[in-house]
Amino acid sequence: MSAQCPECEGTIALAADILDGEIVPCPDCGAELEVVSLNPVVLELAPEVEEDWGE
Amino acid sequence: MLSVSIVGGSGYVGGELLRLLLGHPHVEVRQVTSERLAGQYVYSTHPNLRGRTELRYSPQSSLEPCDVLILALPHSSAAKNIEHYAGLGQAIIDCSADFRLRDPEAYSRWYGEKHPAPHWLERFVYGLPELYREQIRSTRYVSGVGCNATAINLALLPLVKAGLIDQTKPVVAEVKVGSSEAGAVANDGSHHAERSGVVRSFAPVGHRHTAEIMQAHGLENVHISITSVEMVRGALATCHVFTQGSVNERDLWRAYRAAAAEQPFLRIVHDRSGLHRHPEPKILAGSNYADIGWALDEATGRVVALCALDNLMKGAAGAAIQCLNLMHGFEETVGLEFTGLHPV
Repeated sequence: MSAQCPECEGTIALAADILDGEIVPCPDCGAELEVVSLNPVVLELAPEVEEDWGE
Repeated sequence: MLSVSIVGGSGYVGGELLRLLLGHPHVEVRQVTSERLAGQYVYSTHPNLRGRTELRYSPQSSLEPCDVLILALPHSSAAKNIEHYAGLGQAIIDCSADFRLRDPEAYSRWYGEKHPAPHWLERFVYGLPELYREQIRSTRYVSGVGCNATAINLALLPLVKAGLIDQTKPVVAEVKVGSSEAGAVANDGSHHAERSGVVRSFAPVGHRHTAEIMQAHGLENVHISITSVEMVRGALATCHVFTQGSVNERDLWRAYRAAAAEQPFLRIVHDRSGLHRHPEPKILAGSNYADIGWALDEATGRVVALCALDNLMKGAAGAAIQCLNLMHGFEETVGLEFTGLHPV
């Protein structure tokens, strides 16, 4: 099973037993994505904690 | 086995060529020349090769015919003696700048002298497989690539291929480079007390590699600056480009994926999270990868196109071996599988 990253359009392989609400990373752009629907699978960008880059 | 000899093997590029060729399953290194070090073991100058080979440096006068002659000589030396070398090697890969430019006028303009063998220029293919793979497969003569030019050429490749660059505006590229770009011969500027810790603008304008970028991509309005920083290996190109029309992140992902497809040494690094969000030369030391990425300022249409590579590898010796593989029908990646070190 796979889904498309809503950020970069990369293909994300998903486990068959993926759960609603699970967070999956995009292998291409590194976005953290939340499974918001299972049938069909829909991914949305999950809120992420910004890192401090010295600013 | 393919017999390969290296002419001018005592420099850093020569050492990397030798390291790669000694591990190449289809190559036998026949001779390595150095006039100054003739008779000495090659590991006297390339200490990482101790135990890997008993080869000693030969003088050029003892060079024998071979399948491939790789020239790693100072600029203009290869061109002055190309007829002699062509009589010794069935194929030639010249790592210098002598045969990179197709136009002798451009050579004169950027190198300040007439080309010594202009009729040979059209016989050489520019050794950047990402642009000239098919031509490299079918030629006997390949030129090397400029390390800074390669970093910029690969940084710009996705945008050029996708036709996204507004060529009415200048393309400005800055390359941060390590000390090995200056070669193995010391000078006043490389004295540790002077070189250590520098952020040295050594070529803010007028760098010769500009000509290779103009030739490769057909860009006229391109300007480069080179800055030496505290690294031994590595180059990071940061190119400022303005796009035609509005462009978003997805457009750029499509352009970069299209450019990197079927390019075994191009990797897209454009991560939203983690420590390595953008290309970083540090982790590429010793590898033939070129990592490409970007940042987009949607409000102004400015794309900052990035490319990191090891100047001695993808910027010189690694590219040469990649070309050797293509010229002889080997798997393009053979002998170039090392992935770099982390941490380093």
